Amino acid sequence: MSHYEAPIRKPLVTGDKSYHDITVEIARPVEGKANKSWWIVFSIALIAFLWGLGCIVYTVSTGIGTWGLNKTIGWAWDITNFVWWVGIGHAGTLISAVLLLFRQKWRMAINRSAEAMTIFSVVQAGLFPIIHMGRPWLAYWVLPIPNQYGSLWVNFNSPLLWDVFAISTYLSVSLVFWWTGLLPDFAMLRDRAVKPFQKHIYGILSFGWSGRVKDWQRFEEVSLVLAGLATPLVLSVHTIVSFDFATSVIPGWHTTIFPPYFVAGAIFSGFAMVNTLLIIMRKVVSLEDYITVQHIELMNIVIMITGSIVGVAYITELFMAWYSGVEYEQYAFLNRATGPYWWAYWAMMTCNVFSPQFMWFPKLRRSIMFSFFISIVVNIGMWFERFVIIVTSLHRDYMPSAWTMFSPTFVDIGIYIGTIGFFFVLFLLYARTFPVIAQAEVKSIMKSSGEKYKKIREEKGDDANLYEMPEPKTLPDFKKLIAEANSKNDSSDANSKSE
Amino acid sequence: MYTISKNLKLTAIILMVVGAIGLIYGFINVPSSVEEVHEILASSDAHGHADEAHAHDDEHAEHVFHQLQNKPWASIYTAALFFFLIAAGALAFYAIQNAAQAGWSPILFRVMEGISAYIFPGGVIVFVLLVLSSLHLNHLFIWMDADVVAHDEIIANKTGYLNIPFFLIRAAIYIVGWAFFYSRLRKNSIKLDEGFDPALFKKNFKLSAGFLVFFIVTESMLSWDFIMSIDTHWFSTLFGWFVFASMFVSGITVIALVTLYLKSKGYLEQVNNSHIHDLAKFMFGISIFWEYLWFSQFLLIWYANIPEEAVYYVQRIEQYPLLFFGTFFLNFLLPMLILINTEFKRIPWIVSLAGVIILVGHYINFYVMIMPGTVGESWSFGAAEIGSVLLIGGLFLYVIFNALTKAPLVAKNFPLLKESKHFHY
Repeated sequence: MSHYEAPIRKPLVTGDKSYHDITVEIARPVEGKANKSWWIVFSIALIAFLWGLGCIVYTVSTGIGTWGLNKTIGWAWDITNFVWWVGIGHAGTLISAVLLLFRQKWRMAINRSAEAMTIFSVVQAGLFPIIHMGRPWLAYWVLPIPNQYGSLWVNFNSPLLWDVFAISTYLSVSLVFWWTGLLPDFAMLRDRAVKPFQKHIYGILSFGWSGRVKDWQRFEEVSLVLAGLATPLVLSVHTIVSFDFATSVIPGWHTTIFPPYFVAGAIFSGFAMVNTLLIIMRKVVSLEDYITVQHIELMNIVIMITGSIVGVAYITELFMAWYSGVEYEQYAFLNRATGPYWWAYWAMMTCNVFSPQFMWFPKLRRSIMFSFFISIVVNIGMWFERFVIIVTSLHRDYMPSAWTMFSPTFVDIGIYIGTIGFFFVLFLLYARTFPVIAQAEVKSIMKSSGEKYKKIREEKGDDANLYEMPEPKTLPDFKKLIAEANSKNDSSDANSKSE
Repeated sequence: MYTISKNLKLTAIILMVVGAIGLIYGFINVPSSVEEVHEILASSDAHGHADEAHAHDDEHAEHVFHQLQNKPWASIYTAALFFFLIAAGALAFYAIQNAAQAGWSPILFRVMEGISAYIFPGGVIVFVLLVLSSLHLNHLFIWMDADVVAHDEIIANKTGYLNIPFFLIRAAIYIVGWAFFYSRLRKNSIKLDEGFDPALFKKNFKLSAGFLVFFIVTESMLSWDFIMSIDTHWFSTLFGWFVFASMFVSGITVIALVTLYLKSKGYLEQVNNSHIHDLAKFMFGISIFWEYLWFSQFLLIWYANIPEEAVYYVQRIEQYPLLFFGTFFLNFLLPMLILINTEFKRIPWIVSLAGVIILVGHYINFYVMIMPGTVGESWSFGAAEIGSVLLIGGLFLYVIFNALTKAPLVAKNFPLLKESKHFHY
């Protein structure tokens, strides 16, 4: 009964799969050669990345004045993109850590790619705090390092400093968590490799994993502890990002709901990005049996729930703006809805509040095409959310004489496009060299949730054997053999005696 | 079937009687006039304020008089709201388990249903108290006082939302809505005992999802109405979710405590220590979540220090320092330290200990949310406060254990029940 699962649960691995099939199918994209379309997409991403790199170099060498910022609006696309990328990164940790704590078996097919997405998007996010600095070459001053200025220290009161700690801790922990999970899978690739070079590389990457019982036991413990640590981390990281705004006194920024609401928005946009990527990936590398429609449906449900939470937060903010009686606050929201950036506000509302509500209809949330469409809509909406919060609160606040407008330059846009390119460069390389599904984990749920085994249980009852007994071989007739041997011995004995 | 033991019944009744006596004493003990307050103030402040003008003294005495008048009302209101929201928190947990198709918890569904049964009587008590407030029998909500509104522009601007008819209609919608969802869920759950019907299972799944949507909206509004509007000038967008975390963790804790009690009495044999472990994990996790929201709200207001918001915490830190910071220890630090250990989460007495700490802590959390705006610096733990908790607590015990006798303690035919019975972690 150790593998019991209620029959109403749908299988998570479809098709008549054995353990070996999982190995082969997950190793296939790594062991095969990239096709033409991979190279085309990779080239496009690389060009975008190089273009973005050019824009970054131009900014740093010429000055922040190349961006569309002005004296009133000191933050716009830079921090918008930063928060957007950090938010996207959160789904990876959510899928691997929170869903692990909640024992959601469906996470196993998607956690590897979700974590990869986390790491690659946190890398993109990490660029912005540096390149938006006026003097990025002094960025190391944010670290509390003893120095020759009479040990000049940092001020620990700034959420921007907390950001430094949050993001760097987040990246490191995510990386360790991801890599630990990869060890058994790299070991699998190492053991399958036929070319010495690959064997050598995967041998290094897998840290000599040999899969002993004790190793697995500790592996599980480490995963649980890391999941337990990553969960508060993921909440606190985006909370700290939200503090950048919420600790301020700017109307539209200073509100207490930001911490949980930014986190909800992060899960929302992150899951949407996972959906976008996995819907393509399952098709391209033929992993439809592992990333099933059920997986997509469940991600859509998460998107729907977090989208609704974000919706409640929007309404709460609107209500409180009115209820507070603070005219600045009231104007901030009036300005969002009817001011010069009304289109951004309503784009945000449409994409974030209305679009996830379609997911209440089972037909729509089970439709792959529709899910893909909505997942992109959500990410556009979440970009606008950050843009609206940042820009519309800044461009009109306390003093009307400081009111102004913001429009980005090609450098702002170029850097953003560059990070998208960089993200895809990393992700495409990952998809060709890493096992994109955690095979060791998927194998652990095969017998409880694989279609093949669920069928066996359905036919033969819950206690049916989930393995096949080897055909019993008919034993040789021992009596006869003994008799034969004895007679041989007898005759030889007789011979020896006679001698 | 479960039957209430005589001892438990008697305990509940004794609690109610003692509590009622305490509360009545609290009401009788309220000074009946400002002069009486003068005497109290004079005797407690023997050193006196000789230099200060008499007019100021009068004003102060009148202020204290109103606070003392509010005291028994605020006590019973805090207790009534606390237990009502515990039942609602348990129902939210039940609905989440249903909607998430959890495989570990179905064996505890009847316990959750039993606790949620208090929603209706508890809601009625809260509603009656609100009606009494709106009849001006007390001054719990200053915005209900037409005189105050006339002289306070900030409050006057809020009358579009904060006016008595609309307030009572909203309150009725929350309470009736929650009770409606509860009764439907319960009915279907009991019907499922007669024979498995996939339609019923699906119905409860959909009802739970529907309830959760209704709940997230009404719960936010409820906390603005029932609690935040006491400090009428103050506002915080996080507040609704903060109250939710408090009631949610208390609800889960009560589920754990009732489960442990029933198990210790030999009912619920199939509940094993893995189930307790999971409940304890939720107590642990949501305690941290509560702390996260408590701290976020506090930090953001402390950091920006905008006077109109900061005053809320200034008053609490000045007048309720021990209770205000005490919740940090009771609701976060102690549960975290006690329940972080895997072994401990399986030991009944340790889980019970943590549970009692959490419940006391969250009662204090409610106390610190309600009292400063109603009785201010005149707070004290006396007959009225303790009596209210005993009275409502006794009623709560009586109602929930009575509800537990109405149906078998383990639901039959629930499709995920077998998973739950074999659950091991």
